[in-house]
Amino acid sequence: MSVLVSKETRLLVQGMGKHGTFHARGCRDYGTKVVGGVTPGKGGTTVEGFPLFNSVAEGVAETGANVSVVFVPPPGAADAIMEAADAGIPLVVCITEGIPTLDMVKAAAYLEGRKTRLIGPNCPGIISPGEGCKVGIMPGHIHMGGKVGVVSRSGTLTYEAVAQLTALGIGQSTCIGIGGDPIIGTNHTDALRLFNDDPGTEAIVMIGEIGGDAEEKAAAFVKAHVRKPVVGFIAGQTAPPGRRMGHAGAIISGGKGTAAEKMAAMEEAGIRVVQSPADIGAAVQERLKG
Amino acid sequence: MKIHEYQGKTVLARYGVPVPRGGVAYTADEAVEVAKGLGFPVVVKAQIHAGGRGKGGGVKLAGGADECESIAKAMLGMTLRTHQTGPEGRVVRRLLVEQGMDLQGSKEMYLAILVDRATGRPVFMASAQGGMDIEEVAAKDPSAILKESVHPAVGFQPFQARKLAFGLGLPGSLLGRSVPFMLSLYQAFEGVDASLLEINPFLMTKDGELLALDAKINFDDNALYRRPELKELRDFDEEDPLEVDASKHSLNYIKLEGGNVGCMVNGAGLAMATMDIIKLAGGSPANFLDVGGGASAEQIRNAFRILLADRDVKAVLINIFGGILRCDVLAEGVIAAVKELNVKVPVVVRMKGNNEDVGKQMLGDSGLNFATADEMTEAAGKVVAAAGGAA
Repeated sequence: MSVLVSKETRLLVQGMGKHGTFHARGCRDYGTKVVGGVTPGKGGTTVEGFPLFNSVAEGVAETGANVSVVFVPPPGAADAIMEAADAGIPLVVCITEGIPTLDMVKAAAYLEGRKTRLIGPNCPGIISPGEGCKVGIMPGHIHMGGKVGVVSRSGTLTYEAVAQLTALGIGQSTCIGIGGDPIIGTNHTDALRLFNDDPGTEAIVMIGEIGGDAEEKAAAFVKAHVRKPVVGFIAGQTAPPGRRMGHAGAIISGGKGTAAEKMAAMEEAGIRVVQSPADIGAAVQERLKG
Repeated sequence: MKIHEYQGKTVLARYGVPVPRGGVAYTADEAVEVAKGLGFPVVVKAQIHAGGRGKGGGVKLAGGADECESIAKAMLGMTLRTHQTGPEGRVVRRLLVEQGMDLQGSKEMYLAILVDRATGRPVFMASAQGGMDIEEVAAKDPSAILKESVHPAVGFQPFQARKLAFGLGLPGSLLGRSVPFMLSLYQAFEGVDASLLEINPFLMTKDGELLALDAKINFDDNALYRRPELKELRDFDEEDPLEVDASKHSLNYIKLEGGNVGCMVNGAGLAMATMDIIKLAGGSPANFLDVGGGASAEQIRNAFRILLADRDVKAVLINIFGGILRCDVLAEGVIAAVKELNVKVPVVVRMKGNNEDVGKQMLGDSGLNFATADEMTEAAGKVVAAAGGAA
């Protein structure tokens, strides 16, 4: 079992440039049904065996696509998200890094009241290993099908946690990279709700970062609703205040958004919080036994 | 990106926001010239990218030309230390010379616009308690801060400006000034893709004039591509030279105080986690260097050069998870860099993921003295020991 993406996923790739095509191939090689790509002006042609369309609407009409992944460069990425929503795609995963914040403000407002869910931007994507479905840029081979849901703001740190799980023989139901930007579509709480409702997910790993208060809100949700074991880690315990630590969202400002605050809120909610990123896998193993 | 106060005021004036008359000076002579054009008294303000300048002696009143000259001479070249600069302070290289304002009977308030992550929308904030640290106000009395959320489709509306104006206690007779002031401010925020626009203090003089007495604008780096005119406002003197160097090679380098372990990592989250695990191992990171998801051998060479230019670095930890980046490419870059740059400090390499075994083999066959580790805990322990324990 899995959430969001599965064997039923029919993926359309927006932005079939070099980068988009490379990862479209990666997704197909992993087993995802990649039904085509969208590059305005290239409609009717093919690249690497993928049929190209001029618009998302055309791609949906021709292929029955139900998920899109956006590789469009930053100046056009918010537009691409809105186009996918307009075409009625229920799930849009935006990988693009570096989208202007005010563009995302507009895109987020456009999505309000529509049935489209956005993952990202600035994220590695989603993978359901047991379903052979990957929508994103993560290395598929480190994953393994199973019953642990993983949600994270970061890319490589998620891979690290997943590799620990797989090395211990603990498989994953779905891993969701929600992205490191200040404005994202699906947040920690949304992802926790999905995992909590998924009968195929028995435990959850939640990896957060300094900045904002999404982890605190997620902790409150766990306390109120989640009865599955949750293991958490917050990156940036030693980050200085006022410095943007790589991700646009990872900044401690005005004494808010510190790792200490987030870890305390998570512990208070019954989440097993590990101090060391090397202990994530072992903590899940211990929780699953208990 | 951050800019100086005088640049911020120039930007605001372009959008019709009233600011005090003034001009920038790089020398004492220029300061006197600007002052004479304005008429005395004038205020001489040190221009550095940090707040709290008044308390540090960076804002002074000059009654005449001689006084202006001596203040400017003393200020230029001085190291200004404020609560935002850290103990090392910042060297003052530019001054803003402004008309002296009669603050008698005036009211100092606060205005700010930023994007609220929780709602995903811009929020216009106002407080009657201006002139002081707004974070303190927020902590003590959150109700003292008024907030108006802005709908992105229509922008900031006049009724919202009126709400804030009345909330601040501004007289109704001044609506003809206060509403356009705030609307212009919002236009500036959108027009330059600011991430933060802060007016503190927002001044009402006893004659009912409204002015942005100070201005702080931070820009959204992701939007600079479409605001080329703003790039010229960047002051490299205000930035760490290594951070500037790194940004030219699409690397993200951040200097950290008090540490001795140089960190080369791919991905911001893993970089932060690596810093954390070094601390847990009893050491302290000297910096944070994120080479990004898919670094090339060339970028890795540059990353090494930048890491080693940091004199605090006594040992280097490379922690790479090869998702897109292949470990053999990494190993090739690292070996080339160590040979070319004649690296003397101990280097601990921990790599995982794509072509991990090939990469390890290459490091082992290189004849160079790398320490390797399979897991993060082991890697952190080795590098902290190599750096000689805690800094």
